[in-house]
Amino acid sequence: MNKARTNPLNTAAMHGALILYTLIALFPVFVILINSFKTRKAIFREPLALPDADSFSLIGYQTVMKQGDFFLYFQNSLIVTVATLFFVLLFGAMAAFALSEYRFKGNTLMGLYLALGIMIPIRIGTVAILEMMVATGLVNSLWALILVYTAQGLPLAVFILSEFMRQVSDDLKNAGRIDGLTEYTIFFKLVLPLVRPAMATVAVFNMIPIWNDLWFPLILAPAEETKTLTLGSQVFIGQFVTDWNAVLSALSMAILPVLVLYVIFSRQLIRGITSGAVK
Amino acid sequence: MTALTLTNVNKSFGPVHVLKDINIEVEDGEFVVFVGPSGCGKSTLLRVIAGLEDASSGEIRIADEVVNQTPPSKRGIAMVFQSYALYPHLNVRKNMSLALKQERQSAEVIEQRVSEASRMLDLDAYLDRFPSELSGGQRQRVAIGRAIVRQPKLFLFDEPLSNLDAALRMNTRIEIANLHDQLGASMIYVTHDQTEAMTLADKIVVLRDGRVEQVGSPMELYNNPVNQFVAGFLGSPAMNFLPAELMTPGDTRILGVRPEDLSIAGEGQIKAQVMHVEHLGGDTNVIATLGEHQITARLFGQHEVQAGQAISLGYSPDRTYFFDGDGQRLA
Repeated sequence: MNKARTNPLNTAAMHGALILYTLIALFPVFVILINSFKTRKAIFREPLALPDADSFSLIGYQTVMKQGDFFLYFQNSLIVTVATLFFVLLFGAMAAFALSEYRFKGNTLMGLYLALGIMIPIRIGTVAILEMMVATGLVNSLWALILVYTAQGLPLAVFILSEFMRQVSDDLKNAGRIDGLTEYTIFFKLVLPLVRPAMATVAVFNMIPIWNDLWFPLILAPAEETKTLTLGSQVFIGQFVTDWNAVLSALSMAILPVLVLYVIFSRQLIRGITSGAVK
Repeated sequence: MTALTLTNVNKSFGPVHVLKDINIEVEDGEFVVFVGPSGCGKSTLLRVIAGLEDASSGEIRIADEVVNQTPPSKRGIAMVFQSYALYPHLNVRKNMSLALKQERQSAEVIEQRVSEASRMLDLDAYLDRFPSELSGGQRQRVAIGRAIVRQPKLFLFDEPLSNLDAALRMNTRIEIANLHDQLGASMIYVTHDQTEAMTLADKIVVLRDGRVEQVGSPMELYNNPVNQFVAGFLGSPAMNFLPAELMTPGDTRILGVRPEDLSIAGEGQIKAQVMHVEHLGGDTNVIATLGEHQITARLFGQHEVQAGQAISLGYSPDRTYFFDGDGQRLA
């Protein structure tokens, strides 16, 4: 193989760069985690110190548990995120299949129209969306969030997935047609398994912004029973006084589910990002 | 009974006219090969027959039934693809039985047909493997098995040997020929390789630019091509074409002579300069130049010919073909 690739100096430099980047990326998470286990004074005196016998405290977590219905927020965030991912992947993949597989009038135009959504941020339409939600009575329901996030996620999903679906062998789909499979069976049984890495990529790209979003929960579903985790955490941030223990504890707990979902998707994700580059 | 009848079939993709007035008949039990250079429309024609593309006009009959509006799975056909197109998530057994399950055949029928096909194709040891665990040749056999189990009225092969290496290609070619004898089924086989066409076909259909150039048995086409294209396409090495005026001044025709009909002669009609010699053991191919024209002679046995040497090639006048300026055969 290429000599330059096996050169130990280059390998070391490469790993050094990757480790450095990992440290930079993980540092804020690390700071949040250690400080969530410290007393308020310790947080401000030595923000970077690890919690020791003196500074260790679970006061933040206790506050979070007492104040508000944190498990409900948690559940809301999870429902919204998972339901949105489901709809984005389902409808995105179906639209992508239609665009990549069938010749019909306006195919290219439709593709461009859907891609347009990637360039125009959905928040521009917030006022109109709010009016629509009020009119349909969906304000303060999780459906309001799920629908908006699905709309927000679809353009990128269709764009990425249709590219990948074009690479699925035509012969395979035709073999299915000759064997008498319906178009739905071909889609679900033959094509979807082959674009799974791309689906994971789309899922991760959509998941994190939705989980972290504050804007739409605040506007569309600020009621106590529909609050998401991010919105729920805001009660600890005041104009004058912020309960840092509680904020940090809430954030630490909010990281967990994303981490779990990420681990589920990541193996597929790595294949998705590198496929095409290395074949 | 005819297995397939195409009447004035046309196919256009937008402004591009791909198939032009195709008329073909395939008799029951016949092995028909569609051959032509890439882009001649032969694969499109096969897809139209299979129902994967709609014909823009014309009529397609399979076993005396008009099937223009029938979906592929109901046409009584089975197709083998160049890229095998096995279902990656199913093992060999399930790959072969899927179509039968879709037809709602009983478990016994499925079991019996699959085991029969796997015996014929030597696949018994691989029934529980997945396509990714098979070699190219085995995959192609599974693809053929998947077609056999359906007991179709018509088999369609789309360049099934193109992805195999040379040795395997020859073996599989013989296997397909055997299979045709055993099953006695009607088969249509698409290829760009004239050797496959010559060796397998009962009847060859030569296509060019979406038109049928000539239909006939391999030897008919070889001995009696209707035009310069068919003459040049069949046979390897290809037929030599020279302006006849090189031999007879004032003659405007094009002379065609097969490489094997040329021999080294003391006073041959063609005086040429040897450019390259291919020693194949059994044969010797001599490639010579005559001015700007290149000429290939296929000599039986081994000959001591050197590059750069002057050579005199002779042919017998009754082994020649003449074509006019448009490439049409002249009597």
